[in-house]
Amino acid sequence: MNDHNQQAVAHYRNNFLREVEERVEDGEWVKMCMQCGVCAGSCPLGNAWQHTPQKLFMMIRAGKREEVLTTDSMWMCTSCYNCIVRCPRKLPITHIMHGLANYAHRLNLAPKNQPTREVARLFWNNLAKTGRVNELKFSLAMYFKDGVVQGIKNALAMQSVGLGLVKAGRLNPMELLGGHKCKDSGSLHKMIAKAREIEDRKKGFTQ
Amino acid sequence: MQSQPGSFHGEIQMAKKQYAFYPGCSSQKGASASNFVTSIGVMCDKLDIQLNEIPDWNCCGASIGYAEGGELPRLAISARNLALAEQHLPGQDMVSGCPACWLASRETADRLNAHGNLMAETNEALKEVGLNLKGSVKPRHIVEVLIEDVGFAGMKEAVVKPLQGLKIAGYVGCQTNRPFGIAGESFENPQYLDRMVEAMGAEAITAYDQKVACCGGALAFSEPDKAQKQIRDIVESAYDHGAEMIVTPCQLCQANVEIYQSEINKKQGTKFAMPVVYYSELMSVAYGGSAKEAGLGGHVIQPKKLQDIAGK
Repeated sequence: MNDHNQQAVAHYRNNFLREVEERVEDGEWVKMCMQCGVCAGSCPLGNAWQHTPQKLFMMIRAGKREEVLTTDSMWMCTSCYNCIVRCPRKLPITHIMHGLANYAHRLNLAPKNQPTREVARLFWNNLAKTGRVNELKFSLAMYFKDGVVQGIKNALAMQSVGLGLVKAGRLNPMELLGGHKCKDSGSLHKMIAKAREIEDRKKGFTQ
Repeated sequence: MQSQPGSFHGEIQMAKKQYAFYPGCSSQKGASASNFVTSIGVMCDKLDIQLNEIPDWNCCGASIGYAEGGELPRLAISARNLALAEQHLPGQDMVSGCPACWLASRETADRLNAHGNLMAETNEALKEVGLNLKGSVKPRHIVEVLIEDVGFAGMKEAVVKPLQGLKIAGYVGCQTNRPFGIAGESFENPQYLDRMVEAMGAEAITAYDQKVACCGGALAFSEPDKAQKQIRDIVESAYDHGAEMIVTPCQLCQANVEIYQSEINKKQGTKFAMPVVYYSELMSVAYGGSAKEAGLGGHVIQPKKLQDIAGK
């Protein structure tokens, strides 16, 4: 348990639905779900979800806070948007799944070493640094996220793929030395920090 | 437009259509979709489209930016691009060739324009980079420009080298198609990519059943086995329907479906070697561009039949 999590538990007591409505992106839509299951049947990775979106919506209403925030289900979302366009109630399901994942990540309740959580974190940090994604550094960071030995193994396993891309002009080894970036990354960092500050104030992550 | 010998047609210069261009990270020089940007050169030239790059644009956050980026920081980075377009290229629609860039920009524009409080909060963050967003820019996908501003007839008219005999499976994928999609098209069975293939003189395999399937997206990195199962279906169905290549409008689909075929072959004993190209490569070849101009050098699996036509 961390401070933010304890504060949230103390603040919302047993009303997890209200917590989701107030703190999760598009969470106010959750109560609109009518449990038809089209989202569950439309997800390309449906079988990999411990709890499908339909089930998560009912669990939120039933106050299953810990089960919802600690599951790796939301991290199976590929952002294909099938569920959004098929939902008869027009719930922005993809966004709610992203919002739940983000909230669980911020509270540090999301599963440790969950691969998509890790890749997402590396991706954002990579882009936020210079304003643009450095694909080479991002790939290397992914390979080496589980340590040096595993990193070398991963890099070797993907060596032929990487060399093929270099040959096709789609992976530039020189990107390691700098690469593409925005002109004033300092101001960009300030902008992102300001946006984060406003969001934290709104969602109770202050102090 | 080039003037035709013996005609005065060329003397009337048609004004080029102007757009604020948001290339996105994968389209930069030496990045994973750099051949996409190469390939749109001839296409835009022939169709009188002028793309003016938005100065100092930044990453859109793509589809996994949400986890660490949250809501407002994610909206703010896309708002910065919109504000830069508004300031430097006033009156021009923002155009992107990458579905993720387009989706993030359009979602941001829609949400900020619909919610005054979000717009105010975003502008508070934008102040840190000396910008202010009014919300007048319309983010569009290049495919929308082709269909709505040029039209299928206009696309067909510019063909000098029909791609006769090529059998092509149109793989639309997810984010060009959902949640926004192309106006007037269905989410389940959009027709425009097949119609574009046909306009270039090739044969569209309309029965291709993986047209709007997901390639796994960013989870190709984090959940390779799950994504490769998707990719296998996408490639296998193209073979089953007699396709000689797959065409797609999406940079991530292109990369995932082309690059991981060798991994699937290694792990599962398949013998996949299905070329995966962009619609713009087809168009540039059909419009008379060389293999180099059409970006055909940027492939791990060579689109041999398209290269042959380009070389003729």
